[in-house]
Amino acid sequence: MGNSRRSFLKVAGITALGIGTKPVLDVFASSGGNGAEPKPEVSQNEEALTAKKWGMVIDTRKFNSAEDLDPIIEACHKIHNVPELPEPRHKIMWLWEDEYKHAFTHREHELVNDRIKHLPFLVLCNHCEKPACVRACPTKATFKRDDGIVLMDFHRCIGCRFCMAACPYGSRSFNFRDPRPFIKEENKEFPTRMKGVVEKCNFCAERLAVGKMPACVEASNGAITFGDLDDSESEVRELLRTNYTIRRKPDLGAGPSVYYIV
Amino acid sequence: MLELALKGDKKYWGWVIALLAVIGVAFAVYLKQLDFGLGITGMSRDVSWGFYIAQFTFLVGVAAGGVMVVLPRYLHDYKAFGRITILGEFLAIAAVVMCLLFIIADLGQPMRAFNVILYPTPGSVLFWDMIVLNGYLLLNIVVGWNVLEAERNNIHYAKWVKPLIITSIIWAPAIHTVTAFLYCGLPGRGFWMTAILAPRFLASAFAAGPALLILLCLIIRKVTKFDPGKEQIQSLAKIVTYAIIINVFFLLCEVFVVFYSRIPSHMSHMQYLFAGLHGHGALVPWMWTSMALMATSIVLLVIPAARKNESILAFTCVILFIGTWIDKGMGMISGGFVPNPLHHVTEYMPTLPEILITLGVYATGLLILTILFKVAVGVKEEVGGLKDSCESC
Repeated sequence: MGNSRRSFLKVAGITALGIGTKPVLDVFASSGGNGAEPKPEVSQNEEALTAKKWGMVIDTRKFNSAEDLDPIIEACHKIHNVPELPEPRHKIMWLWEDEYKHAFTHREHELVNDRIKHLPFLVLCNHCEKPACVRACPTKATFKRDDGIVLMDFHRCIGCRFCMAACPYGSRSFNFRDPRPFIKEENKEFPTRMKGVVEKCNFCAERLAVGKMPACVEASNGAITFGDLDDSESEVRELLRTNYTIRRKPDLGAGPSVYYIV
Repeated sequence: MLELALKGDKKYWGWVIALLAVIGVAFAVYLKQLDFGLGITGMSRDVSWGFYIAQFTFLVGVAAGGVMVVLPRYLHDYKAFGRITILGEFLAIAAVVMCLLFIIADLGQPMRAFNVILYPTPGSVLFWDMIVLNGYLLLNIVVGWNVLEAERNNIHYAKWVKPLIITSIIWAPAIHTVTAFLYCGLPGRGFWMTAILAPRFLASAFAAGPALLILLCLIIRKVTKFDPGKEQIQSLAKIVTYAIIINVFFLLCEVFVVFYSRIPSHMSHMQYLFAGLHGHGALVPWMWTSMALMATSIVLLVIPAARKNESILAFTCVILFIGTWIDKGMGMISGGFVPNPLHHVTEYMPTLPEILITLGVYATGLLILTILFKVAVGVKEEVGGLKDSCESC
């Protein structure tokens, strides 16, 4: 009896809280509605890093073997609570390594020099200009921000995996089971995911928001550069101006934002 | 009219209970999937759609195939099909319900399925697929039920039903076209990236759907007093003949384009399916079986004597159905994922739980079909289905 009364009070309390938060919710609800209503002011962290179009340049000349890449991948996966699952088919990867012929399928040829042939390349979500995954998603759970970053709403995703079929880079992973027991050391500052949703690299949007560079960039000893592709003065533009760079599958027209110096 | 489904002999109830038992087992396995996640299936990061989506695709075809009796009846005024139009419509209902169940079974977060409606995204083909499938289901329920009830009462169906019938005829190819668009608009998936995918889907649909209908007609003749009719079955057989020939023709068109152009990203999938790739070839025997079954069925359908012999026709329909099922229900979907966009080969085979859930959905469809056909046949028997023509339909 007492138990049920307690749970009633709990529900009543939550309901009251719900009524209390309604005005706040209304503000959020109106943001997506017609333009006549005023948009809510979202104050940004003053230290946040911003750009018109984020992009990445990976200088593969600075890598020699898989050992050079492992700490970078580990930094990414650790910070984002990417689990290590025992079953290979359930694998979750945000940032991983692959051979030239797999990363650049349209450029592969037998006589490519030995260094390129055996060098592992970092691959990740390309944060495309025209992302096929965003086009395919039936719930807008995956979306492109104004600064070019393609993000996932883990709470809206229904797990239909249409985005995985649409992505021509194989950049997306699906939680085939509850990932939480397989996270070695949980980072409390980034959400863990539940089973049944898709995830991928987010260009460290959560770090940019507090003025930090992406984890892989920090761990790369200067091999990975991140910046504004729209700003002709930026470091990434300088690298693109002075080096010959390639992108993955540019012929598909998706407009990947990750460039490779080879 | 549903009360007609409550009167049946021992065999009928035995069949219903058997189906319910399969559904019960499958539902228990589904609860397990809901608890563990889709990891209990054979799907992977590389082959992210498997058996469920393949069955869904195949069954959209079966549903669309129902129009092959509705269209001649209403657009060409082919009276003979009046006897079996309702069977086509009810088959479509059962098939679409199975499609929807397969989609639900495939979702990682099924309790969020309504997000598709809460956040409508017209840019996504899946959004349109949801609309066309549910629309087709609704159209067939309303049309089928009203026309059958009118027949029972010996009156002409209401005037407002006719526009819905015409709509359903246009709607049928739409459901399979939209379903093909799910696949053929995806960059980096060479196997599906062909403008002939939707026509190919339709051709195989108009072969498999009516072939199943022929088999159902033969079963109905055997187990009930209602005879769907010799002429009707023969007309359906001709439709099946043309459709399966067109289907194989389309497939050969693909084979030419793929192997003459020799573009690896398009060719490698066909190689995987029919010859194996980098030592992986789990689907090779299946695909050749499918080809052999479809080729044999063409031979048996084209020879008039074989087509007109109902026993041979039944055999032909069975092998045709299996052949098109392997092609679409096994090869079409996982074939598009192997090799993956980075040209790695990860093979896919459904697991036992996945197969059990699949059987459960099929059993649900069969149960719906049984009940609907029981009602339809009950009405036909009441109004004297043994006579040759039917004035009211």
